[in-house]
Amino acid sequence: MDATLLRKVGLTEYEYGLVLERLGRSPNHLELGMIGALWSEHCGYKHTKPLLKMLPSTGPRVVVGPGEENAGVVSIGDGYVVVLKIESHNHPSAVEPYQGAATGVGGILRDIFTMGARPVAVLDSLRFGPLVLPRNRYLFNGVVAGISGYGNCVGVPTVGGEVFFDPAYSDNPLVNVMCVGLARADRLLRARTGRPGDLLILVGAATGRDGIHGATFASATLGAETEALRPAVQVGDPFTEKLLLEACLELAESGLPVGLQDLGAAGITAAAVEAAARGGHGVEIDVDRVPRREAGMTPYEVMLSESQERMLVIARPEDEPKVGAIFAKWGLNYSTIGRVTADGLVRVVAGGEVAGELPVRLLTEPPTYQLEGRPLPEWIERRRLDLSGLPDLRLFATPWDTSGAPVVSDVLIRLLGSPNIASKEYVFRQYDHQVLLNTVVGPGADAAVLRVKGTSRAIAVTTDGNGRLCFLNPRLGAMIAVAEAARNLVCVGRPPTA
Amino acid sequence: MRFGVVRFPGTWSDLDCFHVLSEVYGQEVRYVWHRETDLSDLDCVILPGGFSYGDYLRPGAIARFSPVMAAVADFAAAGKLVLGICNGFQILCEAGLLPGALLRNNHLQFRCQWVYLRVENVETPFTLSCVQGQVLKIPISHGDGNYFADPETLAELERTGRVVFRYATPAGEVTPEANPNGSLNNIAGIINRAGNVLGMMPHPERASEEVLGSADGRYIWDSIIRWADGRHPA
Repeated sequence: MDATLLRKVGLTEYEYGLVLERLGRSPNHLELGMIGALWSEHCGYKHTKPLLKMLPSTGPRVVVGPGEENAGVVSIGDGYVVVLKIESHNHPSAVEPYQGAATGVGGILRDIFTMGARPVAVLDSLRFGPLVLPRNRYLFNGVVAGISGYGNCVGVPTVGGEVFFDPAYSDNPLVNVMCVGLARADRLLRARTGRPGDLLILVGAATGRDGIHGATFASATLGAETEALRPAVQVGDPFTEKLLLEACLELAESGLPVGLQDLGAAGITAAAVEAAARGGHGVEIDVDRVPRREAGMTPYEVMLSESQERMLVIARPEDEPKVGAIFAKWGLNYSTIGRVTADGLVRVVAGGEVAGELPVRLLTEPPTYQLEGRPLPEWIERRRLDLSGLPDLRLFATPWDTSGAPVVSDVLIRLLGSPNIASKEYVFRQYDHQVLLNTVVGPGADAAVLRVKGTSRAIAVTTDGNGRLCFLNPRLGAMIAVAEAARNLVCVGRPPTA
Repeated sequence: MRFGVVRFPGTWSDLDCFHVLSEVYGQEVRYVWHRETDLSDLDCVILPGGFSYGDYLRPGAIARFSPVMAAVADFAAAGKLVLGICNGFQILCEAGLLPGALLRNNHLQFRCQWVYLRVENVETPFTLSCVQGQVLKIPISHGDGNYFADPETLAELERTGRVVFRYATPAGEVTPEANPNGSLNNIAGIINRAGNVLGMMPHPERASEEVLGSADGRYIWDSIIRWADGRHPA
């Protein structure tokens, strides 16, 4: 097998051997691309799944746990549920900060409204290198403007989050976006196929060549050559997202769809395959029926495009006209691109012929790896850092010491001037944090508090993490992050739930 | 009285205006889809905030061509009340129902923050429950709220008392520091010559319940309802 081609789709020689063994033949180019995308870390969690399974994920209020659907669901009583998810968009934001952050917001919003929940809050956990460096300022302003530009246009309030600066993040920012949605428990939608014969209806933006291999890109290590992968970053269209959001919520209210699945990493391939896997079915997709943005696209490009603002609806054939009428009302293009089958295969048809055919389970069951961890020597060195050489402020009799030693008040002013301690109003005043009229406590507090209209309830949400502690001691750092987030919630009067 | 809340594709304060009018005030209210052309059942039309048509091209530039806008023009010509909030104000300017334009904020950033408005004219259907010079705490949330008009138009607006709200300090002083977007003369809201079409950048619907930080927006809703009751005594 050509090593260059394998690298392009992100598979190792070992994994290619597994494919040959399980498939009993060589995959063609399209099939190889589909396998590469779904077996990427981004889609398949092949390195992290064994670890993530160790997290506690059950509780009396948990309605849908991690990995089952597009987002987790927690009951808040009175017939309401909260739907929530957090996702990173680090790599795209490092290459193109505005669009990287904007499409990060777009993707997480779709994960929430695909379940029939109205997104009611966005929170962002951001990390940048020191602002004294121009590149970091460009990334910082671009990311904040991207979140502002996308979130404000869609009309979902950005109610909280965190911003922290450290040299570790120079040129390589972290952009984590969390979305919280609210739904009636009896209106929740699932992302799964219902029964053979159901239709797959693609709705939203037309499919272009943008973002092909985005999932593979996101799983790679950033380096000089990734700069050349700029087309792997998608461009967001928040207006289409807003139309999709309203149309999908109207669809959920109508009770018509069997399932709803958003398109994110690995585009149509991942959306159709994941829905089929959950339903225990197969799917047949006719790529000629996918509305295109550009002429001459190959089945490979259509199946793996990561064009934004698209959703896949699974509906009964008799409901097709009613589903179409809702999309037409919102001015959205849609097309029936395939159907659910009973054979457990994903079949791609182009020009009336089968262009590729793979077992759904082959795609959704990548090999998993248990990675061996070992601390870096630099780590161990840092843990031993001797702090005894620092001046002891208690030794300064007055804050206005003139002996030439550091003066306490100067130290205090320098601390207050640190971007990590200073007010983050510069950031959050660029975000609409009030729309939807739920924000009782907004950004700048320990946690945001949102009322739930029509009930006497409110929810408190926060994000937290301390990268420096996690760097020095991952286990303890993570424990402290959980404890701090819990304390944030307690500070606004809520016991932590999820 | 009966309110209509217009929904363009991309509008997002529709839910908020509806909530305040129906839940806080118990008024009759219905949504008006942007393709509707019959507003005869309504007494007051709200053009809410949002990003109609994504603000693509220019805020309000595409929405003004929606079928409902011809009906809104007729509705206004008949002397009924039209309130444009934020994107609604931008649409009213683009449609020519109000003079001037809303430019990009002078600092080029979006701003969501509380501001203070000095009420400059209390003889309008939208402010008759206020006292002259009263200061209202109401938030803004926009990227294009920088009011601009040519010198003649501006002079006429000022001379005829058609500047209804001005950005001010909490004490009611109109200063450059109190101006969040570079608007000429700190203008936050204006009214048409006939006195029945008001456009304002701040969001009174976001300041209608104390739990959300201010209830000063109620002065505006109270005024509208009092004015309508005065015209149609029960």
